[in-house]
This record gives sequence, structure tokens and C-alpha cells, in this order.
Amino acid sequence: MSKISMHRRTFIKGMASSAGIMLAGCAETIPPTYGNLLRMGDLLTYRAHRLLLSGQALVREYDYSDISSAPAIGTINPGNSSERAFDPVHGPAYERLLKDEFADWRLTVEGSVTRPGAYSLADLKRMPSRTQITRHTCEEGWSAIAQWTGVPVRSVLEASSIKPSARFVKFYSYDNQLGSIDMLDALHPQTILAYGMNGRDLPTGHGAPLRLRLETQLGAKSRKFLRRIVVLDDYDDDTFQRAQNGWAWYMGI
Amino acid sequence: MAEAAAFPSPRAEGHRLWTRICHWIVALSFLTLCFSGFVILMAHPRLYWGEVGNALTPALLELPISNNHRPEGWDQAVVFTEFANAPISANRMYRIFNENSWARSLHFLAGWFFVIAGAFYALAGVVTGHMRRNLLPRANELIPQTLWRDLKSYFHLQFGSAGGGPPYGPLQKCAYASVALVVLPFMVVTGLSMSPAVTAAYPILLDLFGGYQSARTLHFIGFGALVLFLVAHVAMVALTGFRRQLRAMIMGN
Repeated sequence: MSKISMHRRTFIKGMASSAGIMLAGCAETIPPTYGNLLRMGDLLTYRAHRLLLSGQALVREYDYSDISSAPAIGTINPGNSSERAFDPVHGPAYERLLKDEFADWRLTVEGSVTRPGAYSLADLKRMPSRTQITRHTCEEGWSAIAQWTGVPVRSVLEASSIKPSARFVKFYSYDNQLGSIDMLDALHPQTILAYGMNGRDLPTGHGAPLRLRLETQLGAKSRKFLRRIVVLDDYDDDTFQRAQNGWAWYMGI
Repeated sequence: MAEAAAFPSPRAEGHRLWTRICHWIVALSFLTLCFSGFVILMAHPRLYWGEVGNALTPALLELPISNNHRPEGWDQAVVFTEFANAPISANRMYRIFNENSWARSLHFLAGWFFVIAGAFYALAGVVTGHMRRNLLPRANELIPQTLWRDLKSYFHLQFGSAGGGPPYGPLQKCAYASVALVVLPFMVVTGLSMSPAVTAAYPILLDLFGGYQSARTLHFIGFGALVLFLVAHVAMVALTGFRRQLRAMIMGN
């Protein structure tokens, strides 16, 4: 059902970089709570998950016949200025890219990496791919099962050669949404940058041309319409939590 | 521990300090969990069975607690026609009521208080013998005649010398034991079954309840049972002397 193709050399390189990450993990960089009681509860949940759960356990994968109807919510088209999360700078850029079927679209990877880069869709499709049929669990309470095809975030991080000090990965979208995840989730085998859904190109409403699939957290963390990935050494409180408008940063729940 | 008498005294012995502390922490966190859980449910007031359920699939139960489900507000974007049951994707074109940011964090904060106080209560209940002596019905209390006699006394509003604290009547024991030992732990486990990170590590939870949406529905049914218990509990406190009972649960006797 699902396949992961990964060259042995990449795998060994990956093991080496994970070792670096584990060492770096000894220093504490955690989301600040700002003295907010709700954030303290969120942090306790995050800590408990990291302490008690095997962070690399795979979520359940389903059969092709389990694929269900899937609502698209939130931003439907970042180029539409009436969207609540419309970004006046990147929205119009998205509109132009969409017209051109994303021929000029690039995913930039930067930050705490030794090989920053800009990847086209063709570049990403040439990298090791993974196809998985998983459940999207929306924070609103609904769920849907779909097949996602993409490149593991791990492969992109390996290609960018992240530094041992790297601890968080932050995703920027063409709407004004952004979000970060920790290295454990970023290196999870099912955490992919998806360009395909149910055997076809990712529909606009679901985040074309590229979205994050973070299967171990609620759907809201799987940012759509990606344009930029920044690898960080520290938790970027200024733009993470304050921009979250009171939402918990960790949504593994 | 406190009672050394060979036979139970007919007079109520009052509540021990640790049961009073646990009672009020659990009571406050329960009310907070009810409130925040209701707000979370308002975001998607539809219940389903199985793994999947969303605005594009039929519901088991629709609750009239918000205007968030509007079938006419969806713009059909993609039909995945290669499948027999033709799952579709549609874009939501309206904005919903969603206060899940603080509501979910509050739900978990209260959940932590509840779980810690509940775990302490269970442990102390076993160690002190409170569970065995005062909560679990004895074999001779579970025979139909005894239960029937007890039930009749409720209908006649005869509560004998019901005072603050144990000894409890047969039906009273059944109610307390089933809430403390069955329904409340059930709420924790169905709640955990809605977590993508927890079910990745323990997929057995999905099998146990029949899927994510089943767990969500059962969590709601458990909530209904607990609210019924709360109504009956408060009614009984009022019928047997509200001030005296409240004083016993605060001061001990």
C-alpha cells in the first residue's frame, strides 16, 4: 500500500544527522508559556507525549477503498484577496504561479543548513517519494482519509544538510499562515511534503502545489500552499506562538 | 483506617480530608471539561461512527448547538471518480464558529487536574480501603430484593439517616462506583483515542472503539451519562439536606 524508497547511502547519512540532532536535543529549547496557564497545560501535554510516547511510531495507514470525501477548509485560494488569511505580498504572487501551473514555483530551504536551496516541483518529484493513505484529523472534530504522495521532510532536510544545532522546522505559506514543528516530528517517516492527493496533483483547496502532511498532529499543523522552509536552532517565539492567536503550538493532542 | 468498630455505625462518619480535596478538584475540573468540551463540540456538532466523518459524509447524529453545518455552503471542487463510492472534495465557502483555540487548551488543562486528582483518588482509595469498604457494593447488597427495597425508598423519598459521607446505600454505591471506576476512566481513554500522536503509539485504541469518530461519539455519550449523574447527585444532595451535605464535603462532618 505505502512505499518508501530510500537509497542506503541517504539512509546512513540520515542516521548520522539524527545522531547529531539527538545530541543537540540535550539542551532545552521549548515553547515559552508567557505565564499563561493554558500554555502551561499545553507544554505539560507536549512534555508528557515526548516522555511517554514513541515519537517515531507510525500512524495507521488505510486501504485504497477507505479513501473518503475530504473537505477543504480555511484558505481555499491564497490568491483571493477576500480570504481571511490573505497575504498582500505573497497572495498576488500565488495568483501568478497558479495561472502558470506552478512552473516558476520554488520551495526555498534555508536557515540552519549548510546547503540552502530552491527546489522546483520537478526537483522534489525526483527525490525519494512516499505514498501513504492516512486519516486527516481536523481540529474542528471531523476526519477524512486520503492518499498522499510526496517527499519525506527528512529527505529534504538531508539534501539541505541541516546543522547539528537544528531543532525546529518552520513552514511558510502563501497565505499568512505559518507554523513550526520539532525535529522529532520533522524526521518522522510519515511527515512528508505532499504534491499528490488520491493519485492526482494536489487540488488548490488542499494546498497546491505543496503541503505538509504531519500525521502525528491535528490537521491544522499540516500547512498548505508552502513556499519556504526555515530550519531553526531555537524556538522562534516571536512569530510562532504570538502569531498563533492563542492556539496551542503542539497539536499531537 | 479511622473506623475501628466491628460493625458499621448507623451514623454517617463524614468525609476524610483527601476525599474532600479530590472531590472538589474533580468537581471543578469536570465542570470545566463540560464547558470547554461543549465549546469544542460546537465547532463541528455532528457525530459519526468509524474512522471517518465530515461535512461531506452522512452523520449519525446532528446536534442543534451551532450553525456550523451548512450543506449549501460548499463549493464542489474535485470528484475522485475512479472509486466506486466516488469520494469528493469540496471547498467550504463560509466561516464557522470556532473557539477551539482556548477551549481545547482549557479542556486539556482541566484534564490534567482531573487525571492527577483521579489517579491519586484511585490510589488512596485502594490503599486506605475506602474503595472496598465504602464504594464497592457487597455481594449481599447486589441481590435483587435489596436493590428493589432501596429503589422503592428513593421513590418514597425515604433516605433514613443519610448523612454526610459513608456508609452509603446499595444503589448509591453502584452509582459512585460506576462513575468513578467505569465512566470517568472511559472518558480518559476515549479522549486519548482522539489523539493522533497517542493512537500512533497505541493503535489498539482505534480497534477498541472502532475508530476515531466512534471514540468521539462515545466520548459524547459518556459526557451525557456524567451530566445525568451530576443532576441526580445534586438532586440527592438537595433532598437530604443541602447545607448539611455541603458542609460535610467541605468541613468533613
